[in-house]
Amino acid sequence: MAEVALRNIVKTFDRTPAVAGIDLNINDREFVVLVGPSGCGKTTTLRMIAGLEEATSGEIYIGDQLVNDVPPKDRDIAMVFQNYALYPHMTVYENMSFGLRLKKFPKAEIKERVENAARILDITNLLDRRPKQLSGGQRQRVAMGRAIVRNPKVFLFDEPLSNLDAKLRVQMRMEIKKVHQKVTVTTVYVTHDQIEAMTLADRVVVMNGGKIEQIGSPNEVYHRPTTRFVAGFIGSPAMNFLPCRLVEGSNGSAGLSVKLSDKLTFPVPPDRVGRYRPHAGRELLFGLRPEDIIEKRGDLPPGRTAFDAQLDVVEPMGMETMVYFLVDGTEVCGRVNPAVAGKPGETMPLVADLNHMHLIDPKTDQVL
Amino acid sequence: MADAVARDLRIPVVRRRVGARALVSRKSMIAFFFALPLILIVLCLVVYPAFYSMHLATLNKSMTKFVGFGNFEFLFKRNTFWMVVEQSVLFAVTAVIFKAVIGFVVAHFVHNIPLKGQRKWRGMLLIPWVIPPAMSTLAWLWLFDPSYSAFNWILNHLGLAGIPWLGNPYWARAGIILVNVWVGSPFFMIMYLAALKSVPEQLHEAAAIDGANWFQKIWYVNLPMMRNIIQITALFSLIVTFANFDIVKILTNGGPVDQTHVFATWAFTLGIWGNDIPLGASVSLFMFPILAVAAGLILRNIRNRGNEA
Ligand SMILES: Nc1ncnc2c1ncn2[C@@H]1O[C@H](COP(=O)(O)OP(=O)(O)O)[C@@H](O)[C@H]1O
Ligand SMILES: [Mg+2]
Repeated sequence: MAEVALRNIVKTFDRTPAVAGIDLNINDREFVVLVGPSGCGKTTTLRMIAGLEEATSGEIYIGDQLVNDVPPKDRDIAMVFQNYALYPHMTVYENMSFGLRLKKFPKAEIKERVENAARILDITNLLDRRPKQLSGGQRQRVAMGRAIVRNPKVFLFDEPLSNLDAKLRVQMRMEIKKVHQKVTVTTVYVTHDQIEAMTLADRVVVMNGGKIEQIGSPNEVYHRPTTRFVAGFIGSPAMNFLPCRLVEGSNGSAGLSVKLSDKLTFPVPPDRVGRYRPHAGRELLFGLRPEDIIEKRGDLPPGRTAFDAQLDVVEPMGMETMVYFLVDGTEVCGRVNPAVAGKPGETMPLVADLNHMHLIDPKTDQVL
Repeated sequence: MADAVARDLRIPVVRRRVGARALVSRKSMIAFFFALPLILIVLCLVVYPAFYSMHLATLNKSMTKFVGFGNFEFLFKRNTFWMVVEQSVLFAVTAVIFKAVIGFVVAHFVHNIPLKGQRKWRGMLLIPWVIPPAMSTLAWLWLFDPSYSAFNWILNHLGLAGIPWLGNPYWARAGIILVNVWVGSPFFMIMYLAALKSVPEQLHEAAAIDGANWFQKIWYVNLPMMRNIIQITALFSLIVTFANFDIVKILTNGGPVDQTHVFATWAFTLGIWGNDIPLGASVSLFMFPILAVAAGLILRNIRNRGNEA
């Protein structure tokens, strides 16, 4: 039973702010992922929750308790470090039981808890080994085991998968999700990998420059980003951004259009017209994800517009093919069916799904 | 069939191994030539004197007659010899323990000084170690002087009687150990500080989260991680301390009444002052087996645990 709350947290190192005012409420048993580019203050935030770093100002609550002045050992949290920080001179069993031994738990209970955690993580046969004799993935499991046996109020993970190779990372990601389903504890997870964030989180907290850009479910931050940063950071390949002018009239009717170049103008779907009307006539930024630019097939459902593009680069990925073309000098990416993908230099009929378009105010970087 | 295949396969394997061996031997030849100057120096300055002193130890006082173990038999019967054995062991072990403990504690203090001021402190704390001991021991000799030394001056001003620091065997032993600790602790400090810096800070953070207080962090994290360095440093210092000469020579010259002699000073006294070089050589040879056993014990321990951290 533990919520975590951050109230206007600031952390300054030698006058440069690493975290510049963060407000965040994390519910009991929730899995929250802090995601953002390197250096945006994720680790610092996590370390302040752990008590390894003192907040310059602001309040941190775990449960109902204000913990600003509580040392790490009394915060009842467990942390998994990026490089695991296992004690090299202890066996896996000793590593996992260290915290309980310090707290003078009875031997039998320690044994039971360690064996239970080892079973969950499938490392029962490694208990007598030392960290040096383990692979990266196994060390990762031991580090998680050390956190689980403590049965803490909050789990903290700092980029736990970034030292693993790509394949193992996907596997351990699933493993972490499974563990959280078995051991439902409030979890704060830090990563710079937006895919990790999307797949693991109940709620994603997108950070940039020491501030929170957006908090929301994975679907929300993906489909309804509120800032240009979030729109560009979440999703891979990244969203296409094109400078545009929002103009009155579309196909002769009373709607609005997005003019991207002299040759390319997209009509705004009717249900967005009201929302965008106040910005008519302005220079804006048009955003559309690659998967919303696809090959033309059959009839056009409402909101979709066909256009021809001269392909610049073609990248077959197997399941799909990325096509790149230029609009007024800006590279744009689309995802098409490999069967119909054209070759570089060819002109290919494409379709833009404008139901998923975004318009961004370049002055405020807010999504309109 | 399988045999034939195996035989076919064996030929190139054997041939390759011969080639590799030739390469290794060529490489080791080069390595040998690089090491040759050092080997020659060691032969001249260490091995030759060692064997020469073994030879000397078998001669009579005027070095004219071979007496076998005669010198050793003579030593075994003398109380002073056994007192020197006891003295040397007591001196070396006590001094090394104090140096190790003080070095360990001071290393932790220095490690926790913010990096900016740390260099200054490190430098200052190394001073006792870098001054030639013959010089600093002279200063200590003055401090210990019974009638006009600083120590007794302070005691007198506190209304206490002065202490004959170097005139009483117990105080003299304590004084020698004190000076040796003063000279030797910085070496331990710097070695332990280096070891301490190689302990990843994250282990302390993990331990802090696991619930360890400062003492438990030192006991369960630092100490085991520094174990090898602690042992090697202690061994090295044990050898040097055991063979100490200058401090005892200058401070007490073995007195009062031979009560503070260690192997080196007693061997010197017998051999050079007493004009019985074979007897002095016999005494100094006794250091060898004792130190060899100590070195063997600790090195074995390091080998066993070496591949851990
Ligand atoms: N101990 C420190 N001293 C000085 N600056 C630091 C320290 N730790 C982090 N910073 C700075 O704070 C900023 C945020 O760091 P961090 O929280 O580690 O980022 P992230 O984990 O998101 O990559 C960075 O600019 C980093 O250089
Ligand atoms: Mg980080």
